[in-house]
Amino acid sequence: MTTFQLEVNGERRTVAVDPSTPLLWVLREGLQLTGTKYGCGIGACGACTVHLGGVATRSCLVPISLVGDRGVVTIEGIGKDAMGAAVQTAWVETDVVQCGYCQSGQIMTAVALLKARPAPSDAEVEQSMGGTLCRCGTYVRIRAAVRRASSQMK
Amino acid sequence: MRRLIDAIPARGMSRRGFLRRSAAAAGGLMVALYLERAAGAAGNAAPAAPAAPPDAFVRIGADGKITIVVNRVEVGQGVHTALPMILADELDADWSAVTAELAPVADVYKDPVLGLQMVGGSSSIANSFTQYRELGAKTRAMLVAAAAARWRVPPGRCRTENSVVYGPDGQSARYGELASDAARRPLPAKVQLKQPSELRIIGRRVPRLDGRAKCDGSQKFGLDLALPGMKTALIARPPVFGGTVKSFDDKAARAVAGVLDVFEVPLVHGRGVAVVADGFWPAKLARARLAIEWDVASVEHADTDAILASYQARAQRPGTVALAAGDASAIDKLERDRTIVAEYAFPFLAHAPMEPLNATVRFDGDRAEAWIASSGATMDQAAIAEVLGVAPAKVTCHVVFGGGSFGRRGPLDCHLAREAAALAKHRPGTSIKLVWTREDDIQGGYYRPMFVHRVQVGIGAEGMPAAWRHVIVGQSFMKDTGLPFEPFLVKDGVDALVVEGTVNHPYTIPNIHVSVDHTKVNVPVLSWRSIGYTHNTFVVETLIDELAARAKVDPIAYRLRLFRPDVPRFISSMKLLDDKTAAWRAALPAGHALGVACGMYNRSAIACAVEVSIEHGKPRIHRATAAVDCGIAVNPMTIEAQVHSGFVFGLTQLVPGGAITIKDGIVQQRNFESFTPPYLADAPLEIDVHIVPSTEEPTGMGETPVPVIAPAVVNALAALTGKRYRTLPLVTPL
Repeated sequence: MTTFQLEVNGERRTVAVDPSTPLLWVLREGLQLTGTKYGCGIGACGACTVHLGGVATRSCLVPISLVGDRGVVTIEGIGKDAMGAAVQTAWVETDVVQCGYCQSGQIMTAVALLKARPAPSDAEVEQSMGGTLCRCGTYVRIRAAVRRASSQMK
Repeated sequence: MRRLIDAIPARGMSRRGFLRRSAAAAGGLMVALYLERAAGAAGNAAPAAPAAPPDAFVRIGADGKITIVVNRVEVGQGVHTALPMILADELDADWSAVTAELAPVADVYKDPVLGLQMVGGSSSIANSFTQYRELGAKTRAMLVAAAAARWRVPPGRCRTENSVVYGPDGQSARYGELASDAARRPLPAKVQLKQPSELRIIGRRVPRLDGRAKCDGSQKFGLDLALPGMKTALIARPPVFGGTVKSFDDKAARAVAGVLDVFEVPLVHGRGVAVVADGFWPAKLARARLAIEWDVASVEHADTDAILASYQARAQRPGTVALAAGDASAIDKLERDRTIVAEYAFPFLAHAPMEPLNATVRFDGDRAEAWIASSGATMDQAAIAEVLGVAPAKVTCHVVFGGGSFGRRGPLDCHLAREAAALAKHRPGTSIKLVWTREDDIQGGYYRPMFVHRVQVGIGAEGMPAAWRHVIVGQSFMKDTGLPFEPFLVKDGVDALVVEGTVNHPYTIPNIHVSVDHTKVNVPVLSWRSIGYTHNTFVVETLIDELAARAKVDPIAYRLRLFRPDVPRFISSMKLLDDKTAAWRAALPAGHALGVACGMYNRSAIACAVEVSIEHGKPRIHRATAAVDCGIAVNPMTIEAQVHSGFVFGLTQLVPGGAITIKDGIVQQRNFESFTPPYLADAPLEIDVHIVPSTEEPTGMGETPVPVIAPAVVNALAALTGKRYRTLPLVTPL
């Protein structure tokens, strides 16, 4: 067990875990931030996506020992950001979710996309959102919600 | 489950009988209204904690907040919004004041038709429509009676709107003010339900009640459960289904910090070794360090190549007759150019819901508490009780939100619940959350079975099918199980869930013979969203398309000509599709082709047209248009979502990485790196959904869209390449 200091959603947090523990499980079980989801544990589905130092990152692949002083933002904290709030609102207004389990990861990915590309092309949306799996198949509404958030932030 | 729905009322489980019985169970008051009375003055926002009677369906607080209890699990299908809409409409409730919660397992929450608390066969809205309407109407009648008594006027002279009762002389009272009086009124024996024209909430486009919570991380799923002292367990499972443990060395596993226990556990198929730890990560580290010597010598090592070869051989002979009409041997007299002989192969398919399977159980000696996102809650409760050796009533069972299911959370053998109960039994007093990792899920069986079909079609006058001989080979997950469902589904040796979509096809085919060969294979199988239709509709709709193409008739016109007159919903949905796609069908760009298919589940029909091209050797679905006839559209937004969802889920059948293969007993896929279901780029770019207006009772939309998308897409591909695609998944590049 090793003690780590983290900055999560703007707050300093301390956890004592095995250094190999992925950030995902530190968030979910150490800090009770369960909005970040376990889907595959190998970085293939995107359900665990958080922002690490401002970059959309699959938290199941990042051991806590490699987080360092990069700030972590999760679905619980993204609403404090103007783009994050706009994306969440667009998601609600488009009624994107079904089971909802993958949607934290979808939203975190969309926020990162729109911060980098405020008016993405269809191809850019497909490229950025194309790696986050949704078994309910909400993809048509994900495309629509990204467009909606983009136009609302103009 | 479709036939089950028809069959069970005949055993005496009528809706009326259910209402009487549950009224008795609830001490004469089925609709338990009670006041969340604030201790202080009116308007105090902090209500005292209410002791919710377990049989309550609706609670109205002094503040006017209305909580509606949903008698089934929510796994994305939208029942957590649709059932409250149905109740709230008859209640004349202010929809903005409505919230919903999932019911725990209790008799009063059993499906009024099936007699079990469960979700299956797209039956939720169909079976609980009248139930929830009556609940709403009775609650409304009690509120009106309370107001009428207060004002000393006849109830018949009062009216209700938006959570307010209005009297004949300008009086008005909010439901919140009336709730405590209303709870003391007698339960009305009979209520008048609204005419379709009077519905105010049903039929409206209502966003999901759980929409916000699923966008800000606050929605809790089973995997998110945190209880005091709770531990996490993973199970090392045998590499071949049914394998057992010869011996194991747990020294390295126990050395992992946070590991509490390692022990052998019984599984429904074989045995495993469980690791109990402080959290998921130590459990996973420890499981990887177990040295287990498995005994797999005595179990069959299934192999999908060998199964395919064996099924193909068996498909050359007819099996047990499922349907025989006219004389299908008419085919044998036709010349070769008047016949089509088609062999199809379908792989095992995993459900892979996004939330990996999990269940939490705590055993307290004479009672237990469980948390599970179960589609078969009554059965899972009974299974936990059986493992623990207590009565089902001693197991308090909470139904929690599930991250997808698609059939996977309705295990007929209750294996997940049994495993979780076995762990709890080993460590009484500790809440243990059993988690299946994604690898456990992909490699763990309970797949849609493999099937091979062999069909001979004889072509008659004007290119219409004159004779049809069809053999289906594959596993039944119902036959010989001894489950209570079996007698309703397996008749004369034929499992209805294996042949559905062929024996009840919508077309005029004068001579037809359908038979089935149920195989036994050591691979656990299970219902997969839309069950038998997944393969049967694919076969029927691709062959009908081939017949239409040979006859040089438009695929929509051909189907409209071939439909039997007694399939009105096939006809209505296909005509609507014809209308809604006329413009884009007439303007297809070069390199794009049209594909059409149709189907029905639970009396809900769908017709589907897709526009497809080939990009980088893969199908690109530019557009999908759906027309559905499902009775009253309770929430058109949910219906649209279920069509989007069903189409993408149905594409699991086509995408190259969507299949499960097994070599010498070992599943070849491990996780989403080797099992790759449809991602965003595989889905249609646009989907438009059109609903046939109806005043008939709603008939469900969970499974209806699933089977039609794959045949529609390959029918378009056939138009582009001239090839017929009869072995799934697709091999790319095309």
